[in-house]
Amino acid sequence: MAIPAFNSPDPALVAFNRFGLGARPGDRDSIAGDPRGYLKAELRQADIAMISPDDPAYANLQGSTPAIQASMAANFQRKLERERMAAVAQPGAASAQAVPTQPVPAGKPSVPPVEVVLFRAEAQARFDKAVRVKAGFVERLVCFWSNHFCVSVAKDTVVRASAGAFEREAIRPFVLGRFADMLLAVEHHPAMLFYLDNQQSIGPESRAGKNRKRGLNENLAREILELHTLGVGSGYTQADVTSFARILTGWTMAGRDGRLGEPGNFVFNANAHEPGDAVLLGKTYPACGMGQAEAALNDIARHPATALHIATKLARHFIADTPPAATVARLAKVFAKTDGNLRALAVALIDMPEAWSTPLMKIRSPFDYIAAIRRAAGPGSANDPGQSLGWLNALGEPLWQPPGPNGFSDGADGWTSAEGMKIRLDIAWQAARQVKDIGNPNDMLEALIGPAASPETRQAIAHAESKQQGLALLLMAPEFQRR
Amino acid sequence: MSLLCEVPDPSRRAVLMTGGALFAWAYMPRLARAADNRDPRLIVIVLRGALDGLSAVGPVGDPDYAGLHGDIALSLTGPHAALPLDGFFALNPSMPVFARLFKNSQAAVVHAAATGYRDRSHFDGQDVLESGFAGPGHVATGWLNRALENLPSGDRVATLGGLAVGPSTPLVIRGAAPVLGWAPQSLPAPSDGFAARVLDLYQHRDTVLAVALQKGLDADRMALDDQMGAKAMKPKGGPDSAAGMRQAAQGAAKLMAADDGPRIAALAFDGWDTHVNEGGATGRLATLLGGLDGAFEEFEKGLGERWKDTAIVVITEFGRTAQINGTVGTDHGTGTVVLLAGGAIKGGRVIADWPGLKPAQLYEQRDLAPTSDVRAVLKGLLADQFGLSAGTLGDKVFPESAAVKPMQGLVA
Repeated sequence: MAIPAFNSPDPALVAFNRFGLGARPGDRDSIAGDPRGYLKAELRQADIAMISPDDPAYANLQGSTPAIQASMAANFQRKLERERMAAVAQPGAASAQAVPTQPVPAGKPSVPPVEVVLFRAEAQARFDKAVRVKAGFVERLVCFWSNHFCVSVAKDTVVRASAGAFEREAIRPFVLGRFADMLLAVEHHPAMLFYLDNQQSIGPESRAGKNRKRGLNENLAREILELHTLGVGSGYTQADVTSFARILTGWTMAGRDGRLGEPGNFVFNANAHEPGDAVLLGKTYPACGMGQAEAALNDIARHPATALHIATKLARHFIADTPPAATVARLAKVFAKTDGNLRALAVALIDMPEAWSTPLMKIRSPFDYIAAIRRAAGPGSANDPGQSLGWLNALGEPLWQPPGPNGFSDGADGWTSAEGMKIRLDIAWQAARQVKDIGNPNDMLEALIGPAASPETRQAIAHAESKQQGLALLLMAPEFQRR
Repeated sequence: MSLLCEVPDPSRRAVLMTGGALFAWAYMPRLARAADNRDPRLIVIVLRGALDGLSAVGPVGDPDYAGLHGDIALSLTGPHAALPLDGFFALNPSMPVFARLFKNSQAAVVHAAATGYRDRSHFDGQDVLESGFAGPGHVATGWLNRALENLPSGDRVATLGGLAVGPSTPLVIRGAAPVLGWAPQSLPAPSDGFAARVLDLYQHRDTVLAVALQKGLDADRMALDDQMGAKAMKPKGGPDSAAGMRQAAQGAAKLMAADDGPRIAALAFDGWDTHVNEGGATGRLATLLGGLDGAFEEFEKGLGERWKDTAIVVITEFGRTAQINGTVGTDHGTGTVVLLAGGAIKGGRVIADWPGLKPAQLYEQRDLAPTSDVRAVLKGLLADQFGLSAGTLGDKVFPESAAVKPMQGLVA
């Protein structure tokens, strides 16, 4: 089987495809022969990773606390409505009178649930940002970390309402910061605590555990060790998982009743926390309430296995599905030497010779692909993320909805399925059809791919039978698919 | 310029000779128009990719035709016999509706036509065809929109605005005059032609993607076959499939039939770039022509009593080579056909100053030589339907084209 002929990748294509979200018209000109400098300049831009409601463009976004509160209120209303319906269904039941009836006006257009409204606003912000940024390297890092520390909106309404806020609050601020800080922010976040069930994990010997005969849920503890930090097979045992689960008990979210604190906020519930010292990975963590888990997280964030795990995933994401061991080792060393400084890791990736010499054999993930289309051919609807979300669903990467806590696949195989390629074909066609003012596709090829375009791609586009078809061919070209 | 078909058909020739006189009548004051209660409509269908005019309307009477067009040449004999239009030209058998309209004097063909563009780039050719400018590079406004813009202020047709059918507005109707957009609800599925091109590119550049895409397409096709077996199939395909063309016409006709609906519409269908296995009386091109024929039928049905005042014009950026190529298709050429249909059309005629198909008669020894200017046809329709003057048409609607006179007598 022939391999794609990208033997010496064009540096600008490396910058835009391997590291970024694809060139927009004009972007190639501003790279000015210094693709490394171009990428590093993006890392230096103030608040480049942030999406803040303070920015007028994102003023409609809400923090996770109000978002979760809105979801709680909506859940309560839905519960009342269900009870009312149940009561109505049993005429003569005494409770029918007790439940206040709120007649639903006939013909009233159905309003989407608040969780859906919040989710769509967050999705729109993410698509917008992906088009607004210059190279998109930082957005790629955001996507990488968001997938590494994934939550799923399929879990329940709380996660659906807060998944976008989770990314903005726990991922983005730390994407060029310290790994340990991101880890702590993530594991404190209500969306993660809900997603991995820690909000209901109760220390068996805690006051709540003794009273209520409920106990440990080790889901979060296991996934932190297996997925977020050390990596599977790195030497931790079931005893470590169980012990870590005990350590994490009490990390929860304040409920709607406000008994534990501001509803929707992270709270440490001492009543549910397993008392006593605990041993994790051979080290004893003395009982100290919430600080016990924080100390443990701070240690495992700096564990050599964590460095290796993160280095492997970064190299797989940005260099090749099976990265050379030396590449991984070098990144792990940077991780260890800089105390998990993620900006230093990003710079190290840019400075790796293999990043510029390895053929572009990976394929754009669905989000990458859609972002690249939007950047190349126009951003789509300004206030309706529906089409982009639909494309992501069709391609098997629904936004913030991975199949499991290990996130979406990061290998090319995962995204080059027969069905996937057929759907890419459909999407390229649709995207090209809706561009209002297509310029000459040959010129677009020049602007977006430039000298990296193969003669075959050039020819295919030059011979396209319409501008739409020419643009669609460009969006399907290997130079556009591979990264 | 223009007109006479060199076909020994005195009756038609006589009809054509009177065209000039009829045209003079068409320039009678608009008042007359109001008095006769006409409510004219114009529908422009752009076929992108370059229609092979010699396979749509075959000059079966030309002794060189069959040799040049080879296996895909239309013929009056055989299992898929072409539909004779007159003693010289015959219609692709996939177009029975157009043949019926032609017989009822509601359809006509202008053959050996081309715009002023003489190179063979689709993009540039479409720019010229749709912008109405003499050369490529003018992509902000189209001639149909400028026609709307140049109607007298307060004119009802101008007030009602134009209709753009499809997910993107065709250049031909883009511009300052108001245009309503409408697209069939179904998601546009790519044409087989597009899939084949991507597959071809992958086979040359990226076999991993080629294998995956091929499998995906096969699976898609199998699913389709299953559905067909179960007779549960809804016509699948985008706007460029036969079903899609029909659907687009159906929707457009509905909007245009309304009393306050747009009187002018533009549709664009892709997929006509038949380099490989074009087919003749049957095959790929015939399927597409069948779709176009279905669009005519939908317009006729949907416009109801408005059909009598309607003119449909079908144009394409250029034609294709007279001689078939090495892959039983045709490459980019020059002269082609303009199809006219509708109750308003003075039909039953193939209008052509036939250039012949001998090597020396072909344009650059390869293409059907253009003897009619597409702009003349379009100008003639705009003049007859909406009363735009030759001056406005030659200056504003088709800039710098005063030398191209409106073709007279296209509208009954």
